[in-house]
Order: sequence, then structure tokens, then C-alpha cells
Amino acid sequence: MTKKTVGRPKNPAFYALMVALLVMSLGPIIMMVTTSLKLNVDIMSDASSLWFSPTLENYETVLCDVLWYEPVNVDYCNPTFSRALGNSIFIALMSTAITLILGCMAAYALVRFKFMGRGTISMTSLMMRMVPPAVLLVPVFGIWTFNYGLDGTFAGIVLVYVAMNLPFVIWILQSFIVQVPMQLEEAAKMDGANPLQIFFLVVLPVITPGLAAAAIFTFRIAWNEFLLANALLNRDTRTVPVTIVNSLTEYDIDWGVIMATGMLLAIPPIIFTFVASKQIITGMTAGAVKG
Amino acid sequence: MKSSSLNKLTPYFFIAPAGLVLALGLLYPISYMMYASFLDWNPSQLIGEADWVGLKNYSTLWQDYAFRESLWVTLKFAFSVVLIEMILGLSLALLLDRNMRGMSALRTIFILPMMIAPIVVGLMWRYMYHPSIGVFNRTLNSFGFESIPWLSDSTWALISIIIADIWQWTPFIFILCLAALQSLPRSTLEAARMDGANAWQQAFYIKIPLMMPVLIVTLLLRLIDAFKVLEVILVMTNGGPGLSTEIIALRISRTASEFRELGVAAAMSNYLLILLLLLTLSMFLYNRFIEQHRAKSFNAIGKTSP
Repeated sequence: MTKKTVGRPKNPAFYALMVALLVMSLGPIIMMVTTSLKLNVDIMSDASSLWFSPTLENYETVLCDVLWYEPVNVDYCNPTFSRALGNSIFIALMSTAITLILGCMAAYALVRFKFMGRGTISMTSLMMRMVPPAVLLVPVFGIWTFNYGLDGTFAGIVLVYVAMNLPFVIWILQSFIVQVPMQLEEAAKMDGANPLQIFFLVVLPVITPGLAAAAIFTFRIAWNEFLLANALLNRDTRTVPVTIVNSLTEYDIDWGVIMATGMLLAIPPIIFTFVASKQIITGMTAGAVKG
Repeated sequence: MKSSSLNKLTPYFFIAPAGLVLALGLLYPISYMMYASFLDWNPSQLIGEADWVGLKNYSTLWQDYAFRESLWVTLKFAFSVVLIEMILGLSLALLLDRNMRGMSALRTIFILPMMIAPIVVGLMWRYMYHPSIGVFNRTLNSFGFESIPWLSDSTWALISIIIADIWQWTPFIFILCLAALQSLPRSTLEAARMDGANAWQQAFYIKIPLMMPVLIVTLLLRLIDAFKVLEVILVMTNGGPGLSTEIIALRISRTASEFRELGVAAAMSNYLLILLLLLTLSMFLYNRFIEQHRAKSFNAIGKTSP
């Protein structure tokens, strides 16, 4: 029986399994979306949770400060969230850009000038992956406050994120740069290009897929991180994850609003996933499968 | 002359910025933490004002019931999630390793839980576990069962956070296993099939042994990450009820921010690092041992065959 199914892809049982898996992995996300579109009356009511009239009121409450119109349902506009959203976007983009630039340069030099073996780099990258953010909490707090004077600033948090992501980014970019044929660069050198020109005009365009993977991973970490942001940032520079945790109290949680906030935080990663799932999987599997 | 010395400096010029950032943002903090773990230090003091207490922070931790409890919770959590996720992920990969339409869509959807912020994942699960409006208790109630105290009972709370972690990370193992399966040598599998091995035999005697190196690296990566989980649990239970879900990462952050004992928190961080280092090293050694073993048996085959 089993022999027949091998190599014969059209078995309804497998499609049923796939659908079940889809429902399981999407279920909680869909639940978040629907809750964010519900009024509190609908969230609390005992009636079936599928029948409700969707409303954008929660999103209006969250984004009241940046909307171009005055939402009718919002009595008091709390600007915390829209400010945090701006901070999050700025911090994540800055961290990603700086990590990519520094990572690219370092990876290129490591490959072309044969500095350290690939083994050393992947070992370092693994070691860095081992360091939990919680371990960085104490020293980063101490140094940033007392030595660098960077507590509460964007520069401070961006420095942590760049440092946290660099080992992984260097390592993944290296595996792409190794594949760039040397002849291409030699030809450019013949034509009189200097190392910088070779790097920016010849190498960079070829490794774009690697750059995309590295960018997504860095952005995701800077965008989602909570612990260090919570310790380092102050009221004005706070990011979205910190505001979400701050608005969670033991008993009285405004589920509609908080789910809308969560949705806004989840949207960029979701978009990346659908646009670049191939690159993400490459980045994820690169560590284990290729070694 | 000038250009050649410039060329010699080029690699340093390329590496220097990254090296500088790593030194300032990672190496210095970590060595600082090693140092701070020997101090009695609270956040309002400069590090120079803190008293040197030697190994006191390390030894008092072992007498601290809360620390031992959170170490135990961490181990229970990490090993159970990794074990369950490995079994689920591997069996799903073995089952679904065939050319089916919709496979890439499934993989895309599967990445979502890992991409979304852990804070948001915690939020979703806290909502679903809600005692009265959560979907689990509503479903149970509508079938006439009693509500389950998902997050308010200490046994259930640990199970609940394990379930949430399994939801979030099984796809990671599934994707890695699937990639490994698809890079197995087709000829070996074909030969096994020709010899009449059934699906079970193929899986247990051919596929899993061949995947072993990947499986071990996957296990290691996942185990490391399981020790780092913090935000999901923070949002769902904040370590409670009691200490039942207070994993070490959470304990570190609470010791630093609530109890304001940075020295103790640093000592705890060191313990966690040592634990992770031991795990990593043992996996590495095991992997090397396997490789050598395999190389030997390959050599043996090479000698006997004509």
C-alpha cells in the first residue's frame, strides 16, 4: 500500500494534512486580525465569534495622532503609539542599513584577502548566536549609561543591534561572495577600477539575493526586539514592542486596541515573508544544511 | 610604491568599521559582564564605586531557591520543546517530502510564526488562553467541558508556554529537515526502493541516518534558541504563577530591573553562557566524532571493494 503512494503525489490524505497544518499555523494570526477588527462588545459577547461587523475603530484609536482626519470615536488621543511607530521604523531602518554596509565590506575583505578561514567566521557567528539578549542586558545597560552616555538615544540602540547582527550578516554574505567568480573582478581591475569601484560596481550587484536575506533578518531583529529596547530607551525614544508590554496590565486589557497595535507591528514581517520567502528560507537553512 | 602600500591597507580599511562596532558593542559588554559578576553593584552606582565581592554572587545563587527553581524550569522547558518539535518537524518533513502542488505556499505560511515579533506571538496566545474570552476555553465550554486554567495554574502554565513555543518553532525544524531530505542523494534512495524497502525502512535505515549531521545542527540551533526565549513567556505569564514559568532569561532581566542587583544578574548570565557553551561544545565534538567514524567506514568500504 505504502509503495503505491510513494512517488504518486496526488493522495487526498496528504492534501488534508496540508490543509490542517495551514489552519493550525494561520489560526492564531487570523484570530488576531479578527479581534483587532472587533469592538470590545463583540470580543466580550458569548455569541459566535465569526459573526460581527468589522470596524477600523481600534486602528483609529491607535493611530489617532497620524491620521489625516479626526476620528469620531476617539475621545482622547494618546500619541504614545504613533511616536513609538516612528521610532521603530527609524531604528530598524538605520540598524539594517548600517549592518549591511559594514557587513558587506567586512565579508568582502575576509573572502578576497583571505583573512580568516570560513571555519573561524562560522564558529564566531554560532558563538554570537549563543549569547542571549538577556545576557547583554546588564553590561549594555551599564556601559551605555555610564561610559558612552548613549542611554535613551537612537545611536545607542542602533549600536547594539548592529553589533548583534553583524556576525550572522558577515557569515551569510561571505557564502554569497565566495561564489562571485574571480575573473569578473580581475577583468574590472584590468579596466582600471580601484578596489572600491570593484566592490560597489561588480561584486555588490551579484550578491543581491544574499543582501536581501541579510537585510530581512537584521530588520526583523531590530524591529521585534524588546528586552534591550526596554532597558535603554526612554519615554520619547521607545519602540512599539516596549509600548505593547507597557500597556499590558494584569486585569483590564483593551484587547481590541492591543491586537490592532500587535497587527501593526506584525505587518512588515508578514509582508517580507510573502515577498521574499525564498531568501528567508535560504538564510535559515544556510546554517544547518550547507554547514 | 605608494599604491602597493595602499593595497596592503585595503583589507584593514574594509574590516575596521565592522571590527570596531563588534568590539564596542559586543566584546566590551561581554567582558564587562564577566567583570561585573564579581561586584556588588546596583544600577545607581558607577561601576568603579561597586564593591568587589569575589565569587559571592556565584555561591549565593546556588543557595537561592528561586534561581535553582528557574534553572529547573528552563531545562524542563528547553528539552521538552526541542524534543517534541524535533519529532513533529522530522515526521512532517518525512511525510510531506514529495512533489506536491502548494508545497511552497505551505512553507511560506510556515515561516510566518517565526517572523512575527515574539511579543505579538505572546499576545496572540495570551488572548487564546484567556479564561473567559479565549478560544480554547470557549470551545471547551461549548462542548460542555470545564474550563482549563491555562495560564493561572502552575502545571498548566508550563504546558501552555510549551504549546505556544511548539506552534512557533516546529516549522523551523520542518523546513530544515525538508531541505536536508531534498538534498539526499537520489541514487541511494532509488537503490533502497529497488531492493524493496518499504516507506518505514527507507525512513529509519536510509533517510534519518543520512540526515544525521543536519539533524544534530538543527537540534543544537533550536536548543540554543530555546534557552533564549523570553518575550513570549514575558507577555503570557511574566514568569508566574509563582515561579512556575520563570525561565532563566526572565530571571536575569527581573534581577537586573526589579531587584536592582546587577552583579547577581551578571553572575546568572555567566551561568547561562557556560551552560550554552557546554551544549555547543558537546554537539560539536559529537558531530566531529560522527564524521571521523563515517570517514573511517568509507575508507573501509573503499579498501574492500575492488
